[in-house]
Amino acid sequence: MHKIALIIKREYFIRVKKKSFLLTTIGVPLFIIGFYAIIIAISLDESGGSDKNKIAVVDDAQLFNGKIENANPNIVYSIIKNETESNYIKKYQKAGYDAFLFIPNDSVAKTKSIYNLHSNTSMNLPLMSSIEETINEAIKKKTLIANGINPEAFQKMIHPVELENTVDTETGQKKSFADVAYGVSFACGILIYMMMLIYGTQVMRGVTEEKTNRIAEVMVSSVKPFQMMMGKIIGIGAVGLTQFAVWIFLMFLMQMAIPLIFPDMMQQINNASTTSSENISMASNIMQGLSSLHLGKILFAFLFYFLGGYLTYASIFAAIGSVVSEDQQEAQQLVFPVMMPIILGFVIMTKAVNEPNSSLAVFGSIFPLTSPIVMMGRIAYDIPSWQIVVSILCLICSFLFFTWIAGKIYRTGILLYGKKPSWKEMIKWAFAKS
Amino acid sequence: MDFLSLHHLKKYFADQKAVDDISFNISSGSIFGLLGPNGAGKTTLIRMITGIFYPDHGHIDFNGQRFNPMVDSTKIGYMPEERGLYKKMKIGEQALYLAQLKGMSKSDAMESVKKWFVKFEMESWWNKKVEDLSKGMSQKLQFVITVLHNPQLIILDEPFSGLDPVNANLIKEEIFTLAKNGATIIFSTHRMEQVEEICDHIVLVNKGNKILDGTVHQVKQDYKENIYKLGANVIAEQLMTGLFEVVKYEPNQLLLKLPEYTTTNEVLNYFINHQVKINSFNEVLPSLNDIFIKIVEDTTATRKFESIQ
Repeated sequence: MHKIALIIKREYFIRVKKKSFLLTTIGVPLFIIGFYAIIIAISLDESGGSDKNKIAVVDDAQLFNGKIENANPNIVYSIIKNETESNYIKKYQKAGYDAFLFIPNDSVAKTKSIYNLHSNTSMNLPLMSSIEETINEAIKKKTLIANGINPEAFQKMIHPVELENTVDTETGQKKSFADVAYGVSFACGILIYMMMLIYGTQVMRGVTEEKTNRIAEVMVSSVKPFQMMMGKIIGIGAVGLTQFAVWIFLMFLMQMAIPLIFPDMMQQINNASTTSSENISMASNIMQGLSSLHLGKILFAFLFYFLGGYLTYASIFAAIGSVVSEDQQEAQQLVFPVMMPIILGFVIMTKAVNEPNSSLAVFGSIFPLTSPIVMMGRIAYDIPSWQIVVSILCLICSFLFFTWIAGKIYRTGILLYGKKPSWKEMIKWAFAKS
Repeated sequence: MDFLSLHHLKKYFADQKAVDDISFNISSGSIFGLLGPNGAGKTTLIRMITGIFYPDHGHIDFNGQRFNPMVDSTKIGYMPEERGLYKKMKIGEQALYLAQLKGMSKSDAMESVKKWFVKFEMESWWNKKVEDLSKGMSQKLQFVITVLHNPQLIILDEPFSGLDPVNANLIKEEIFTLAKNGATIIFSTHRMEQVEEICDHIVLVNKGNKILDGTVHQVKQDYKENIYKLGANVIAEQLMTGLFEVVKYEPNQLLLKLPEYTTTNEVLNYFINHQVKINSFNEVLPSLNDIFIKIVEDTTATRKFESIQ
């Protein structure tokens, strides 16, 4: 046990001390957060970011009655009186306008009409649709009034309905936040998928390196091959967990630090949310949704399925690393069949987040080669406990089984040079008596 | 006293009998030569002695007790033929790490590493990486790492390959010192002149079998062909005798092969009676190289793959 600890220590520190580890562990989240900060800053910056577009409107149809209801702060409308379309085309630029909109006289009566927006450079799409909306609203209002309907009364009539799902359990009722669960599930699934691949291949490369460096033979004269393999797997797994811990810590830190660094931004967010009630309800919905999830359960599941999945696949990857020598292409051929269940798991996960209780999702979350990814896609929803228990047991069994098999292949492979062994030979090693 | 005894060791792989019933003893404090052509089964044998492989059959006694790889591997230092170290790891850290894997405490390991680095003038290497070293330097490092933990049994597979004469001598002297201090050394090589110089006892294996076992002196005696070298000016007519057979004739020197019934004194008397002035007369023993080639050529040199039922 002392020796395995030494190996774990070496495998761990040699990776953690690397510059690339520091870069990915601290750099990546900083980069992501910085990226989002810029996006938020840009989207909040309603005045400065993009220029205001001045638009001249010649309203022949008296559509706006001299007053344009404008919700878009990037557009400034000015109604020009006593001009004709052909005349004003020559003038609007000189008058300081970016564009000129002409509304012909007969427009309101038509069911479908095309208006002309003149400009010297092409206008962007969001601006165009904003203008379209303004016109549509005005036409709607005018038509309603013309038909004797109070526009405000009409607005109340077509008020949209929101559907909320309440889940009835034995402990009582609670709201279901499918969209939040969806997001959390998907993020966890992808994270597990990525971590399993990244750290699994790291184990494989480490083993191949030991073999081609021929240090393996020196090592096995001091420690058992199984200790060597487990030391490497655990050491690299610990690197992964460290990375998680640093990431979570950084996220937490950022949440605390952002308001201190950008006091303006927080104010703007507050202002923005007080001005639009929609933002408030969305933000509070996400907060409520998050608190409705069992974060503890999800965190536990995440750690368990990461470790279970990682240990299962890392031992398979270690076995592959032990049988190939210099040629990386050989490794590719062997890795391919191992990648298939991982990718299959990912595909099932993308289905499972939509239909967490479909039979495919249930199967995928119990079958141990896909369960780490698929179960993470379901765990945020309320799923029957027996499925979680069965899935956990299956994963533990599979990881014991695969480590045992992989240890046997590793033991033979690590000291064997030259020709790559066939699958048949490897299976023979796997089940050989020691 | 025997430090290591191999009893009827067998190890069969899928398509060959790598080691097929080999037994021998190695006495404590001796330098033992394990010889054999390529693919004779030496590496497999060594891997069983170091506990990397379990024998299919037979057992090993280590220092008077049944060999237990879990415990005894810390008392063995093994320098494989294919050198191996972590290329990107600092040399000092690496030596410490490997010594600790051999069961030393960190402080003991540090003390030992420092002692050996000073002895071999390697102090300045501490923070270098193995990839910065030349082939000869890494060879020296590999040797130091093999003996760091004061092993009772040291197994050296071609320890001098790639070393210049000065460094080879340094390591050779170290091997003698280690043996004098009580370590048992197994020395595996193809270089017969080194074996003659260093080893007390040798075993020759070929095709998984032991074909020779004895001290260097004994083996040479066993394979001698009664050839004597006579330093004298002899004219051809004086050699017309049934006492001996001339193997090689040179103006000042003769190689004579004596039949079993002839004694050396009879030969000397013969020449003295013929008024020949004798400058020297001595027995020519075969070199280990000659013996090696002779024995191995008798069996086919390269192993054939065979199926094993």
